[in-house]
Amino acid sequence: MDQLPCGSAKKTMMKRESISIRIDTARCDGDMACMRVCPTEAIRVRGSKARIIESRCITCGECIRVCQTRAISAVTASFADVSRFDYVVALPSPVLYGQFGRGVTPDRILAALEKGGFDCACDLTLACEAVNAAIEQYVRRYRGPRPLISCFCPTAIRLIQVRYPELLEQVLPIESPKEFMAREIRKTKARELRLREDRIGIVYLTPCPAKMLDIVGHPSKEKSDIDGVIAISDIYRTVLSLLPISGRGEHGERTRMSGVGMSWAILGGQTTFLKPENCLAVDGLRNVVRILNDIEIGKLRDVDYVECHTCPDGCVSGSLLVENPYVARARILGILGQLGTKPCRSERERAELYESEDFVVERRLTAQLQGPLDLDVSRAIGKIRRLEEIRQSLPNINCGACGAPSCAAFAEDVVREEAQLSDCVLLALEQLRSGQTKVWDVPPAEGHSTPDEGKEP
Amino acid sequence: MTEEGAFRRNFEVLGEDFYNAGRVSTEIKEILQQVGVAATTVRRVAIAAYEAEMNVVMYARRGTVCLELTPELVHLLVRDEGPGIEDIELAMQEGYSTATERMREMGFGAGMGLPNIQKNSDRLVIHSTAGVGTEVEIEVRF
Repeated sequence: MDQLPCGSAKKTMMKRESISIRIDTARCDGDMACMRVCPTEAIRVRGSKARIIESRCITCGECIRVCQTRAISAVTASFADVSRFDYVVALPSPVLYGQFGRGVTPDRILAALEKGGFDCACDLTLACEAVNAAIEQYVRRYRGPRPLISCFCPTAIRLIQVRYPELLEQVLPIESPKEFMAREIRKTKARELRLREDRIGIVYLTPCPAKMLDIVGHPSKEKSDIDGVIAISDIYRTVLSLLPISGRGEHGERTRMSGVGMSWAILGGQTTFLKPENCLAVDGLRNVVRILNDIEIGKLRDVDYVECHTCPDGCVSGSLLVENPYVARARILGILGQLGTKPCRSERERAELYESEDFVVERRLTAQLQGPLDLDVSRAIGKIRRLEEIRQSLPNINCGACGAPSCAAFAEDVVREEAQLSDCVLLALEQLRSGQTKVWDVPPAEGHSTPDEGKEP
Repeated sequence: MTEEGAFRRNFEVLGEDFYNAGRVSTEIKEILQQVGVAATTVRRVAIAAYEAEMNVVMYARRGTVCLELTPELVHLLVRDEGPGIEDIELAMQEGYSTATERMREMGFGAGMGLPNIQKNSDRLVIHSTAGVGTEVEIEVRF
């Protein structure tokens, strides 16, 4: 019974997705918590159902956290028909190691994954350290506009695509540790097991829905080297129930790990080999927005590298994790203490590694701006004027009753003809009070049920 | 410099309000994105607007930024009540600044403000009366 969901249940074929968050309309009860928490105003609640405006969504997962009915979920188990693989490898995000009790070592967790149905569970910390070296070397050789912006938080990247298209050229073009590792492990295992490379399936265990998008609709590559993604929250209970007393099951040997790489689970992990005074590590969406604003107006040209995480303290507080992020962070620090922070490679070895491996990827990131109010500039300007007029006529208390998160967002919806001015409850009430309209003059909004509906005539 | 069919909006800027410095430029940027102005142009306007806004925050008591947007260009008129600029030609030189030690410690006053506006605009006109205030007119064409 305690089997991991590989190959079972959902065998959704992977297809390119623009966002990795879905709302189950049947479950949605119209609670506006998601709409209020969304940092990019991408959610509307109309007709008692929440809806995501895809061009605004940056897949941060805040809505998943607050949804009480669990109607909002990440697109999970995009496990591309795992039965077609002869050998399945699990690549857990290092964040996974902080999800269990104090004495639970990474070795035991990897062993549990192997007991649960994966043919092999691979640690990612060494690959993380290798990417640290790549960051160090790339930053050293880089002569373009500064600062470089980290590319490993897909939500931050999406934010740049949606709001800061001019900064895309400053995004670091380095492969992520999971892609790097997936490529390596596929080659190694194929050789070792005498299998064709495409007979090996590689599954990433993710702390957030955004990393899922990273693979399903990979922003920089035609095709990801990862074949499927599972949310850590989905395998948590199984792993917990399968944890062996000690060591790595039948293998018994200790996994070689990197403390430098382990620190990727928390803020600042990417900047180990950079000059600390020349880099910033920024966490939390609001702070990332502030930093991107500053970069956009040219304020941070003397900074080499900005590590951005939209989750507080980095991946350790991803929305598909189970453990309280503060507790998880303390556990990660415990593991870090045991591993030590000594790098596996000297500076010279790191430079050699960078020369010998393909870390640099071609960037295919494109702007994902929401379309303008009108394709014709003159008309768009007319609409901006109307938007401003509407905004000034609104109560501007951002009550949200119209189904938009703010009066400004509502005004824009009206101009884009996605809402009607009469959806503003306070405006309608004011008109009723002043006698300008009567109750029956207010048209029913689309999707709202009227009291008469369903009654027999 | 008025035109029928243009969009106009005024923004207030307060002297010494470092915390909110940059808000006007962000709002202007959002308006330009809604209209569908090209990304490179949006960034030029954002930089020019920010520098002009900062000048008010750093030196003046208060000021206004008047945005005018037409299908061809963005026009910003930044008026402030402040000390004025004694020698405009000198102020236009890179590295020249009258910023106080405290401002420099905060990372401002590198003497790049006006040169930066010049670099990111197609027309820059400055009128200033010492002791009264400064009027900076910025134009960015699409």
